[in-house]
Amino acid sequence: MERPLTGNIRPDRAPLDLAAYEAAGGYRALKKALKEMSPADVIGVVKDSGLRGRGGAGFPTGLKWSFVPTGDQAPRPKYLLCNADEMEPGTFKDRLLLESQPHQLIEGMILASYAMGADKAYIFLRWAYHDAADILRRSLAEAREAGYLGKNILGSGFDCELLVHTSAGRYICGEETALISSLEGKRANPRAKPPFPPMAGFLGKPTIVNNVETLSMVPHIIANGVEWFQGLGLTDDAGTKIFGVSGPVKNPGLWELPLGTPIREILEGHAGGMLDGRAFRALLPGGASTDFLVAEHLDLPMDFASIEKAGSRLGTGTMIVIDDQTCPVGAVLNLTRFFAQESCGWCTPCREGLAWSKETLSAIEAGEGRLEDLDLLEQHGTILAKGYSFCALAPGAAEPIKSGLKYFREEFRAHIAERRCPWR
Amino acid sequence: MATIYIDNGPHEIADGQNLLQALLTLGYDLPYFCWHGALGSVGSCRQCAIKLFKDENDVQGTLVMACMTAAKDGTRLSIDDQDAQEFRALVLEWLMTSHPHDCPVCDEGGECHLQDMTVMTGHTYRRHRFKKRTFRNQNLGPFINHEMNRCIRCYRCVRFYRDYAGGRDLVPLGSRDRTYFGRSKDGALESPFSGNLVEVCPTGVFTDKPLRAHYTRKWDLQTAPSICMHCGLGCNTIAAERYGTVRRILNRYHPEVNGYFLCDRGRFGYAFVHDQKTVRVPQVAGRPFKVAGAEHPDAAGGAALPDAGRIDAHAALVACEEAKGTLGEILAQANGIVGIGSPRSTLENNFALRELVGADRFSGGLAAAEMASLEAILSILREGSVHPFSLQEVARADAVLVLGEDVGASAPLLELSVRQAVRRKPIKEQVAPHNFPEWDDACVRLLEGSSRGPLFVATPAATSLDGLAEETLRAAPEEIARLAMAVAHELDAQLPPIADLAEGAREWAIQIAEALRSAERPVVIAGMSGNSSAVIRAAGNIARALGQQNPESGIFLTTNEANSLGSGLLSTRSVESVIDDLKEKRADTVILLENDFVWRMGRGALDELRQAARRLVVLDYLETEATALADLVLPTTSFADGAGTYLNNEGRLQRSYGASTPLATVRPAWRWIGPAADYQSATLNALATDMAQQVDELTPLSALIAQDEKILMGGGIARQSHRASGRTSINAKIAVSEPKPPEDPDTPLNFSMEGGAHTPPHLINRYWASGWNSASALTRFQEEVSGPLLGGVVGQRLFERREGIAPRYATDMPGRFELRAGQWRAVGLHEIYGSELLSARSAPVAQRTPESRVLMSAATAQEIGAAEGEQVRIDAADSAGHMPSVLLTLAIDDRIPAGLVGLPCGMRGVPAVLGFEWVKVSKGDGS
Repeated sequence: MERPLTGNIRPDRAPLDLAAYEAAGGYRALKKALKEMSPADVIGVVKDSGLRGRGGAGFPTGLKWSFVPTGDQAPRPKYLLCNADEMEPGTFKDRLLLESQPHQLIEGMILASYAMGADKAYIFLRWAYHDAADILRRSLAEAREAGYLGKNILGSGFDCELLVHTSAGRYICGEETALISSLEGKRANPRAKPPFPPMAGFLGKPTIVNNVETLSMVPHIIANGVEWFQGLGLTDDAGTKIFGVSGPVKNPGLWELPLGTPIREILEGHAGGMLDGRAFRALLPGGASTDFLVAEHLDLPMDFASIEKAGSRLGTGTMIVIDDQTCPVGAVLNLTRFFAQESCGWCTPCREGLAWSKETLSAIEAGEGRLEDLDLLEQHGTILAKGYSFCALAPGAAEPIKSGLKYFREEFRAHIAERRCPWR
Repeated sequence: MATIYIDNGPHEIADGQNLLQALLTLGYDLPYFCWHGALGSVGSCRQCAIKLFKDENDVQGTLVMACMTAAKDGTRLSIDDQDAQEFRALVLEWLMTSHPHDCPVCDEGGECHLQDMTVMTGHTYRRHRFKKRTFRNQNLGPFINHEMNRCIRCYRCVRFYRDYAGGRDLVPLGSRDRTYFGRSKDGALESPFSGNLVEVCPTGVFTDKPLRAHYTRKWDLQTAPSICMHCGLGCNTIAAERYGTVRRILNRYHPEVNGYFLCDRGRFGYAFVHDQKTVRVPQVAGRPFKVAGAEHPDAAGGAALPDAGRIDAHAALVACEEAKGTLGEILAQANGIVGIGSPRSTLENNFALRELVGADRFSGGLAAAEMASLEAILSILREGSVHPFSLQEVARADAVLVLGEDVGASAPLLELSVRQAVRRKPIKEQVAPHNFPEWDDACVRLLEGSSRGPLFVATPAATSLDGLAEETLRAAPEEIARLAMAVAHELDAQLPPIADLAEGAREWAIQIAEALRSAERPVVIAGMSGNSSAVIRAAGNIARALGQQNPESGIFLTTNEANSLGSGLLSTRSVESVIDDLKEKRADTVILLENDFVWRMGRGALDELRQAARRLVVLDYLETEATALADLVLPTTSFADGAGTYLNNEGRLQRSYGASTPLATVRPAWRWIGPAADYQSATLNALATDMAQQVDELTPLSALIAQDEKILMGGGIARQSHRASGRTSINAKIAVSEPKPPEDPDTPLNFSMEGGAHTPPHLINRYWASGWNSASALTRFQEEVSGPLLGGVVGQRLFERREGIAPRYATDMPGRFELRAGQWRAVGLHEIYGSELLSARSAPVAQRTPESRVLMSAATAQEIGAAEGEQVRIDAADSAGHMPSVLLTLAIDDRIPAGLVGLPCGMRGVPAVLGFEWVKVSKGDGS
């Protein structure tokens, strides 16, 4: 089984330096692209490959790139931003790539910059990823030294600068326009679209924001071609994806697997199944902002369409497992508390609706719930999920509330009826 | 035009709007918070949700925010859709979760947009049962009260304060439901436009602090449409009073003048009318008549009470008759009378005085130096070859040249217009090509980025606009005039070139000329506060040259006081020239109308006047050094209790109406000095009609008079709201019956709740519509959002550009500015708070008045051996100036060129109008 993203990661996960990365075939794709391909060719290949964003939303990457204005009249400078602000609870896949395969991301970013004509690229890094910041800066110095960055890269006439920006640590920065606001030194509030970032993003200039895993995949697609990439997936979705499991399982961790690998195979095969004495209750398939799935869903393939059909989202592909010894109301409260805390405060539904949901869940968990609280939560879960808020934070936050009420209604009722948390 | 379908009914609307604008214009009730007519849309509050349908077959529809959706032809929408209604109700419920339920004791109550929207969405039952979040409030200075617990986080405050008005110190802090709008630490809000937060905030977070000190509910305020007295721009205001004291000033929307906003000097400067130092009873030879109940309320110890219940009406009548008799005697015994009018008084008052003394013995009250500037202004306006911009036209200008004026201090709202003007070019070049609508504020500002259109500022000292300017030049007025002449030469080669310009000035002139020539709507700004007629004439030349090429170009010339242009129109004689009449014994009696000599020209001028005049009669509402020296003082009405016409700087005649009933001892000046026989029966409009007939240029005033007469005949407009309360109880200790309302024969406004239902636009004295109790009701008075007022234009413009008028270029050119040994060129610097007479007497403004300082370069300071913060003595170099020796604190500012010293006009003994050019400067001896 091919594992292009993680296959070369050393067993001790120490970062591959430039020499080791080149020895493993690194920067071959960049040389090929700069020598043989036009920027439009690169976009074409990525588009044809069917690569979809790995950050959670799954937008087709090549299509996104094609929205950037090109030609002499295009506004300049243009920017590529790598979203490495991995703040989604339960998600730690980008960290692995950042810490262990830094040059793979750098090569992907240079390729993407070439494709869209970016003059400058930034890695917007989660505040807590101190090791990754050091590793990236070291690796960038190596790449600059080797002529992969800077002026006239590899004699192609293409210039590109790449910098690391360590963020201040807000979940909302994962939203691409909030990330841009934050990078500009402003409050991390999202922006209305249109204008979309490819037209007017960072400092009002054309900007592409891609996830770490997405960009890391680009060199492999360029090096190995469209057919190879499409052949990697098991279902309609192309390529491999890093899946992860956290929670009360025997072997929590990350595995690069074909898209479409069944949940059960990941959970029982790779994660080793539930800890002894614990029974599976539910999982969030792609981070905290996805709907719960339950036992009946375990045979679903982990791809975009299948998970969506089950009422949830593939998201980041890193699942959080909940067992029978964990209070599901407490779990939903925990998630909602996080989202309410991370609301940027810009729009009313998110700012006030999540705060109220959190208060209501707290009351239920503390044994002070009322039956009408369930109606209130139901209303919030439903309305917030509809996307009437300014950005996707509230709809994401509503998913565990809405699906929690759907699958754990009895547990909610028990809290209210017994005026306490039955798990305490 | 576009057709949109609202719940299946077709409606015609103007193009280029968003759906919220369109629906409000059509008169629909749709709740909103973050949108504002001047600030556009950002879509943060999510309150204005409606259902949008693809076509007539779409029954599902999509919920969208009306403010963020373009109203395109064929748009189908529903306001009443159940999903939309439910969502709107929920948004409001969210906003109210932590809002205090203190409406009955909240100072916004009764005119609160949040209150109105709450009622509109039908949110009545509270489900939220948890603790409300609370905040610590800040002391934001004397103007604005802060009550963060009421905040609903619509972000309008910071969008106005920072994005629109360029302020820096009000910021959103924190995040989520604890987002806090305040300063990084307690302290006065620095922006001169902070007062607008009172109206911009949809609830009671930012409220009018002086109002709180003498609070009255909106519905109990007696209000009148008024004109701001605190500079020459003529901003439209609503003056509100109760029991004879002004309680607050609000913006009165004028689509071409002040738009939605006022400056803080205009909003908080009103307290001079109930300062202790006001004239409330006639005085003969320094002795005030005794009239019980006419004392200043504070002096009488206690809050103001309605004078109907206090004043001794008989004593008041006796005092007035005796004073009038004394006036008659003085006039009868006079051996020649001269009249000195006032640029802060109405046209009618000035005209009445002119009628009394004769046009050849009347001065409009301007000092000679001011008169020179004003004549230069009038000759440009009268010529007809240039277009005088309105304040809002300046906001739409795409290239701006400021010559000699610190507009932020002399005409503060002009600064706000220039702040918008510098956005035009980036919007045209970076936003318009993408077809993004201008109401999409966040999008527009994103695409604008940090780009700014051309703005050039040439002044003697630093100004508040410097940060926005492409280039700034610091020079003496003579060099500014020469630069401007050079620009004019670049624009019209027929004009002579300027020899020996200062270094770099020629390149500057070429750069400015090119920017102005290539702009669509360039404007040149100059004015009276710079105290240089040469600069104004040179500005006129630039505008004339531009006007030949571009009819959309124009000029904006500021004047110092509310009626400077009007008094200059009535007389070209300066104050000095009529004092000469006295000195040369052509007259021995002087009538001084509402003119503070010492403030204007220095103590020396008053002494000279007093010495030269055998008899001095002063009509004023302010106690001044002149009232102390007068043989007779007659108390007059101010803007607060009197009516009249003012001519603003662009040449717009506007009428102002008093909100209060004057004390029985107080009359409008024109009524004191009008023909003796019928002074009781004469009316303002009879006098104004006389004036309109006699003064050719004021003929358009007839139209304004006719408007008012029509309303007057029709029963008038109520000064009191239909909800005014307490009118019978307040005098209950005297009588429980409702007193007869005081009559007002001079204006179409009644001192009562009675009046016609239809208010014409120039008489709007409160914004109210069914369901809309706050200032947001304004949309119900506009033809369209930010458009004209329903019912027509307010005011009459006297000067327009006419086609085919050949420019008459000014030809006199100042010589080069030459340094003098031991003397410095004095330039007058204006402070937004402190330089202007009336507002400086208002306690809240006085608290913001900075220490008066003399500005000089480090080299000058070194030369006189004084250091920053030390006292420096300033003496006029020749005896012509009326300024006595003054001591001022030294401030070193190397942005002021060598050879110049900046004096704080109108402060600490420095006259408002410098009647001299050169001063001697020495280190103060501390005496």
